[in-house]
Amino acid sequence: MNKILLKIDGREVEAGEGMTILEAARKVGIVIPTLCHHEKLEPYGACRICTVEAEIRGSTKLVAACLYPVEQDLIVRTRSERVDKIRRMILELLLAHAPEARQLQDLAKEYGADKDRFEKEPSFCILCGLCVRYCAEVKKKNAVGFVNRGAGREISFIPEIASKECWKCKECFPLCPTEALQAAYVFTEALVSLTSFQA
Amino acid sequence: MARVNSPAELDRLRKGFLSKRDPDKPCIAICAGIGCLGLGSDRLIGALEEEIKKQFLEAKVDIRVTGCHGFCEKGPLVVIYPEEICYFGVTPEDVPEIISQTVVEKKVIDRLVYTDPNTGEKAVHQSEIPFYRNQTRLLIGNNTRINPKRIDDYLAIGGYSALAKALFEMSAEQVLGEIKKANLRGRGGGGFSAGSKWETARNAPAEEKYVIVNGHEGEPGAFMDRALLTGNPHEVLEGLIIGAYAVGSHQGFIYIRHDTPQLRENMEVALAQAEEYGLLGENILGSGFNFNVEVHLDIGIFVSGESSALMRSIEGKAPEPRPKYIRTSVSGIWEKPSVLNNVETWANVPQIISKGSAWYSGIGTERSKGTKLISLSGNICNTGVVEVPMGTSLREIVYDMGGGIPDGKKLKAVHFGGPMGGSIPESLIDTPLDFDALTKLGAPMGAGGMLVMDEDTCMVDVARYFLDFLAGESCGKCVPCREGIRQMLKILTNITEGKGREGDIQLLEELAEVAGGASLCALGRSAPNPFLSTLRYFRDEYEAHITGKRCPALSCKEQAHT
Repeated sequence: MNKILLKIDGREVEAGEGMTILEAARKVGIVIPTLCHHEKLEPYGACRICTVEAEIRGSTKLVAACLYPVEQDLIVRTRSERVDKIRRMILELLLAHAPEARQLQDLAKEYGADKDRFEKEPSFCILCGLCVRYCAEVKKKNAVGFVNRGAGREISFIPEIASKECWKCKECFPLCPTEALQAAYVFTEALVSLTSFQA
Repeated sequence: MARVNSPAELDRLRKGFLSKRDPDKPCIAICAGIGCLGLGSDRLIGALEEEIKKQFLEAKVDIRVTGCHGFCEKGPLVVIYPEEICYFGVTPEDVPEIISQTVVEKKVIDRLVYTDPNTGEKAVHQSEIPFYRNQTRLLIGNNTRINPKRIDDYLAIGGYSALAKALFEMSAEQVLGEIKKANLRGRGGGGFSAGSKWETARNAPAEEKYVIVNGHEGEPGAFMDRALLTGNPHEVLEGLIIGAYAVGSHQGFIYIRHDTPQLRENMEVALAQAEEYGLLGENILGSGFNFNVEVHLDIGIFVSGESSALMRSIEGKAPEPRPKYIRTSVSGIWEKPSVLNNVETWANVPQIISKGSAWYSGIGTERSKGTKLISLSGNICNTGVVEVPMGTSLREIVYDMGGGIPDGKKLKAVHFGGPMGGSIPESLIDTPLDFDALTKLGAPMGAGGMLVMDEDTCMVDVARYFLDFLAGESCGKCVPCREGIRQMLKILTNITEGKGREGDIQLLEELAEVAGGASLCALGRSAPNPFLSTLRYFRDEYEAHITGKRCPALSCKEQAHT
């Protein structure tokens, strides 16, 4: 494999071809926060909390570290005023939905995010998609999926599949950064038993 | 239909059509574009057929059901050949008179011709009607001469001769060179050089490559692509085949809307007819070049017009955008190099090949070449599709072709590019139609939807409207776009309802910066544009709503109109 040399936060880092900035950074212990990333799953690029500045041939752009492939001579800045501002705002936007989520609170402290900046709309789910993708990619069951789009997007268990598969699995529960997933499952279970009772 | 096996045979076929056609035989061309259909042109077609039968004129008069003529405001539209008499607002009740007076007696019916609303002057031909007179209709002009379901009509006016030229007289590199020299820029919104895109895909190391027509046209207020694609499908198809030859692709896709059945029908008929003639499929025109095309329907969500989302959709997956750190022209559909161009971009290709890049680059401005189709809508007298050379001033489009603002109102702004575009104020109306000039003003041309707004329009509400559209039309995958739009919409709604607070503008700007900088795809990154452009030119309106609790345009109902 070809070796690629890049610079992350001023440090020379050696990476392999096809690696992402996130992988290269983690290899040398540089921390880039993530919410929707999981090593067993395909990179997703939805939460954008891993946004970093990437400079190549003199031009700088904002990229998602979990997806951006390393290049020779790439200069990465994982913290900057711009990056921190974006992360702070992303956290504030998500805290409006899941104000009690531990992971968000910890990051909020680090980035100075105000959890009350936006009006609360507790849906508890931050749509990181970890459950949906774990079920699809690792378990290959598709028992939970996204429904709707835009601002109306939410996760939903498919009752026909969930009633058969989930009770004995529940491997997605610990992946959830909030409590929304378990609540959605309990709700689906209740619905299924209600309909079977009525039938 | 017999297969055509060489350029000479194609030429013979064309001459055969022309020799069988009597140029003096009357032909009634009726617009069955989407606008005219809505105004009842299907009943008109029925009435014409019946009347012709009744008068035993079937052998003496032709009826041609065509695609969009452009002047949607005055539909249903009829053009009577060979005199090319234009009639407007034609109803089935007018039919007996049209047949007996105009077709048989060659008399013009005064009541059906164009009347200038200012001077009261009548105009009979396109060349005299202000709406048409000032246009350069290179792409859409043939719509009146073509029944889109008859390939013979397209062949008769010289169709597919550019393909024959490309395949037999030019190498793939030469075709690519012409497109690059012509400086054809993508008409879908980005204005990226089509030639460079083709070249990247051509040079990408892969056996299989794809070419795609983006016929999604999801932008509210944009209806020029469907006018081309339904009215002259072969023009687009011919461009696509030439592009495939230049890129080295053997499979194409045409991505269109599922909610316009006419699009699908006309395209499928066009593909079948082209294949029968050997203009598509194996060994095209006997050249040895193979190319197939599939029609693919969208699922009715705005973001599926975004290139990576569109490609996922063709793969059979949900149309969610992918980050494009590797360009789709290198890794697109199924990770293969894929060239995606808009309908209008492809439609430009045949004429560039036929007439050459020097001719083409003689039209337009220094960095924006050729003509551009614009759909005019909003507070404008003449709603419709116009085609003008790049560089035409917005004033000419609004006043000369558009006929100005109805009800004696004043023009306030024009908005380009729908929910991802921007508005420019009346004071900049002399700006030329040019990719770069408009981008500099914060109102990128987009695909060519031009929304005209009069003095009663509240610009804060315009920004709110577009965000409301996007809130339901983004895919909802990434946080800056989904949540950014949600919060911006909330704040703007509050402002229009008289509940704006100090600091709202700053918060909106901050949200715009995050959505614009960190979103996954172009939809999220340009979602703040309508807000940013209206703030740039109409900040006083935002301030009036927030601090004065009033709407200067007297449009927001919840505000006290003081």
